[in-house]
Amino acid sequence: MKKNLNIVPTLIGFILAFFWLVPLVWLIGTTFSKASFAMSLIPNTGFTLDNIKYVWQNVPFGKYYMNTILIVAATFTVQCVTCTMAAYAMATLKFRGEKIVFLIIFIQIIIPNDVLIIPNFRTLSDLRLTDTKLGIMLPFFGSAFGIFLLRQTFKTIPMALSEAAIIDGCNTLQIIRNVYLPNSKTAYLSFGLVSVSYHWNNFLWPLIVTNSPENRTLTVGLALFAKSKEAVMQWANVCAATFIIIVPLVLAFFVFQKKFINSFVSSGIK
Amino acid sequence: MARTTGVRRGRSRQLKIDLRAWLLIAPALVFILIFTVYPILRSLWLSLNQLEMGMDKPIFVGFQNYLQLASDPLFWKVMCNTLYFSLLTVLPSMAIGIGLALIVNMKIKGVGFLRTAYFYPAVMPMIAIASTWMFIYMAQYGMLDQVLVSLGLKPLNVLSGKKTVLPALSAMYVWKEAGYLMIFFLSGLQNISSEIYEAAKIDGARPWTTFRRITLPLLAPTLLFVSTIALTNSLKLVDHIVIMTEGAPNNASTLLLYSIYREGFINFDQGKASTLTVIMLAIMLTVSMIQFLKTDNRIHYN
Repeated sequence: MKKNLNIVPTLIGFILAFFWLVPLVWLIGTTFSKASFAMSLIPNTGFTLDNIKYVWQNVPFGKYYMNTILIVAATFTVQCVTCTMAAYAMATLKFRGEKIVFLIIFIQIIIPNDVLIIPNFRTLSDLRLTDTKLGIMLPFFGSAFGIFLLRQTFKTIPMALSEAAIIDGCNTLQIIRNVYLPNSKTAYLSFGLVSVSYHWNNFLWPLIVTNSPENRTLTVGLALFAKSKEAVMQWANVCAATFIIIVPLVLAFFVFQKKFINSFVSSGIK
Repeated sequence: MARTTGVRRGRSRQLKIDLRAWLLIAPALVFILIFTVYPILRSLWLSLNQLEMGMDKPIFVGFQNYLQLASDPLFWKVMCNTLYFSLLTVLPSMAIGIGLALIVNMKIKGVGFLRTAYFYPAVMPMIAIASTWMFIYMAQYGMLDQVLVSLGLKPLNVLSGKKTVLPALSAMYVWKEAGYLMIFFLSGLQNISSEIYEAAKIDGARPWTTFRRITLPLLAPTLLFVSTIALTNSLKLVDHIVIMTEGAPNNASTLLLYSIYREGFINFDQGKASTLTVIMLAIMLTVSMIQFLKTDNRIHYN
């Protein structure tokens, strides 16, 4: 009886999984198959690396990769510093104006950055930072998500630990480094996964800010390539370009699956 | 005497704590103020101004931008499209998300594989998904049309049809989003104690009854929380329009955020774009208000 009940959902589950995997399988298959005139679900034209080679040589994806890695890494590094400090204060200190600070930070949770492209681009022009990597990163240096996530974690760390550190003569920065950081590694990992995947995938803002290949990110590069005249009907090449930009994240996801899923649960609104 | 010095000492200690707290918060706060709070005020101001290409300075025009939008059929079309797209994405992705969560929550073989298969689109950039699905939807050569032809049906060329373009884009988005929403439902399901289910079983409740009478009501807080996530995500989605349709055919796929981008960065009408921004901000605010008025906020942040 019990077995019968499970066969149907299992079957549905695997049929759905098939539909979910079709685009990825097709993408990978086409990337590594010789270009053909007709598109087929299971490419059967033989294995080749030509598509990857062609795309890599004709579009500066190497440069885009470097830009993206730099932007993602620098953004997360700065976020770690600013959010750790703010989260520490909000988790451990009772201070005047707490509510206002909360409210201001909360606005960022409610309003996604992409909605504010018009005024933020004007601010960037005022600062003469359009078409720079710094301009792409700047709006994300203060992260409400990071602050709330770290604050929640810091609150679980007993005050006795930091009081002991004060008696030992530690100053605030030392307390953060010696007491709070070592006890919050999971939170930082979650924050890192969410931040990195957000900025790796971010498109609209980098598209608006950049207008030279010097500062372009992978997503912008892919969009421009996929829309370019040379890419029309060249699905093998577009697939290869798409493959190039998704491979690090998708690989990382398949390896650290549980961590990713847990981090995304904690990210909620992002 | 002793008491007043005590109070004074207490005050100056509090002052020190205040100062320390504000200094620690300042770096993050400055960036949030400059790039989240100030731009909100700035778009409110710009929406009251005329600012088009070639103009050095904005000219104050009061509510003229709003009035112009209100009498612009294209604006209402965009709002209808946005509402339609939200309906087509939020409800189906939540329904499928619950279904996927129920499957993944069962003790069946290959659960890990299924979870991976459903969730992986959530880590892929929308741009990558859109450029892959472009080939599914492509006229004549695309996978969808090929399947239709091989079944003896007419090719649909979904991206060029006024009636099919938004449903097609929604299907793609539901495919991406359902696995993401699944994980929230999954953690909601895992919070429901198994004793309730055992009791239901003893009472001889059927699976559908159990789902409707036990699972759904107990998932209610999750449902509300997820619906705001889903709605926000759907409203802020724009990447796929830029790469797949650019609003075509005849603005049948122009959504609100895309029209902000188009007015601001293609037509260079910043006054109009700011007005649209203010409307979008109002929608975003309303959506999140609903959530905070209705829940006890136990899910996060505090």
